Amino acid sequence: MALLETKGLTAHYGDFQALFGVDIHLEQGETVAIIGANGAGKTTLMRSITGVLRNAPEQILHNETPIGHLPADTIMKRGIAMVPEGRKLFPSLSVEENLIIGGQHKGGRDLGDRIDSFLSRFTGAPDPMELAAGHDGAGYWTLETIYELFPILRERRHNPGTALSGGQQQMVAIGRALMSNPYVLLCDEISLGLAPVVIKDIYAALPKIKESGASVIVVEQDIGQALAVADRVYCMMEGRVTLEGRPSEISRDDIHAAYFGAVA
Amino acid sequence: MIWIDTIIQGILLGGLYALFAAGLSLVFGIMRLVNLAHGDLIILGAYIILISVTVLGLNPFFAILIAAPLMFALGWALQKLVLNRTLGEDILPPLLVTFGLSVVIQNGLLEGFSADSQRISAGALETASISVGPISMGVLPLLTFGSAILVIVVLNHIFYRTAIGRAFRATSDDAVTASLMGIKPERVFATATGLAMVVAAIAALYLGVRANFDPSIGPARLIYAFEAVIIGGLGSLWGTLLGGVIIGVAQTVGAAINPEWQILAGHVAFLVVLLIRPRGLFPRGN
Repeated sequence: MALLETKGLTAHYGDFQALFGVDIHLEQGETVAIIGANGAGKTTLMRSITGVLRNAPEQILHNETPIGHLPADTIMKRGIAMVPEGRKLFPSLSVEENLIIGGQHKGGRDLGDRIDSFLSRFTGAPDPMELAAGHDGAGYWTLETIYELFPILRERRHNPGTALSGGQQQMVAIGRALMSNPYVLLCDEISLGLAPVVIKDIYAALPKIKESGASVIVVEQDIGQALAVADRVYCMMEGRVTLEGRPSEISRDDIHAAYFGAVA
Repeated sequence: MIWIDTIIQGILLGGLYALFAAGLSLVFGIMRLVNLAHGDLIILGAYIILISVTVLGLNPFFAILIAAPLMFALGWALQKLVLNRTLGEDILPPLLVTFGLSVVIQNGLLEGFSADSQRISAGALETASISVGPISMGVLPLLTFGSAILVIVVLNHIFYRTAIGRAFRATSDDAVTASLMGIKPERVFATATGLAMVVAAIAALYLGVRANFDPSIGPARLIYAFEAVIIGGLGSLWGTLLGGVIIGVAQTVGAAINPEWQILAGHVAFLVVLLIRPRGLFPRGN
């Protein structure tokens, strides 16, 4: 049983169709990389899975439950957390507050959800606690363990999130997503705009993240980085998956063809 | 000495204007929504207190315990059912809808309570005063000013020290990313408007005890609130208090020179501040 699966996923921005029947899956404990050029539909795929873009229910399955129609906050409460492209830290919040808010509304911890859950007995609306599928957000990751993973953040914890360097901001964004102790961590372009040495530091955290029980999807433009960390790779082009395979099984020519649409 | 007295009265009056404005400032700060019905909602709150006082025979300061939760629920429902649908890139829909709401509230109150002036009676408190040396200060204006400070301290505490305050700020920064954190922006906005209406209920109490009110005076209160918010700088609550004080002092000083100049002097002070500091005294980032 796949932990997370898309089936014939389509996505539109107005009249523009961005995804044409994308099928990917993520197994428990896996790291999957999604590569592709700008405009290939990688970020749209992430936005669909996280519920920022809404889809038909059956197009996205989490533990075989249809979730394509659920809003972003419910998806997060099911244990699917996102490190968004461009980091998107909250400028009004300090580093520590940015981390705390990542875990503040995890499954079942939210007063509003408890009230809605109670009301749903009478109104027939879907019960938000049920939609959260029992993910209680408990686990290895706390402020303390995030600071162990990225010690520099402890020193900077009272700074505004946006006053940090790009790499440190990325650490905050990753820590913020981990604070909900997700089953699935989606990382969108986490190396974009960072120096190679900083990228290395960020990816050095991946084994620890895997050890905590999260399965990971990384979206990367850096093919070398993607092949180095992933168990399986999908390559996308123009809204379709053009290649799938294990890094050891696919050749440079395969990737080149899948990435650019022509063999060099 | 008369001038010191005038200025103190003006400062205390500023507390009332700050109470009018704090809810407006809160809602604007969090969701960039300009609520043109804010003044009318304050008047509605005053009528709720008036009913509690006359029908139930409550002291107005206890009646607030009924009015505040009612106003919270009203604000919450208003935001959830109506105003959330108007939020977006375009700033015109919320303006139109709250303008319409203002008309609806005024006419609803007119229908229910007639155009007669009303007043909330607070007994001896209305005329009580304390003397500090040669200066005499009304207990009610002092209470009003103290309440304004307390409201701002509490709102700031909520905003900067609590989980819901973090959610307010995060959602204000970026609603989409906030939803990736498990936050429901529409619920956060509803809570914010509910909170703003609690502040409106407190403003309504002091408005109704201090002076006569009728269904049509909301928009004029809204103007003072706007001016206080803009003088202070959008989104800064202490700035809003200062804005209220500046208008209050300008009005009492104007009135001391010539009684006809009271309202005019407040508006002139507002324009002068705008000329010197177009973004207000304490503009918040961006």
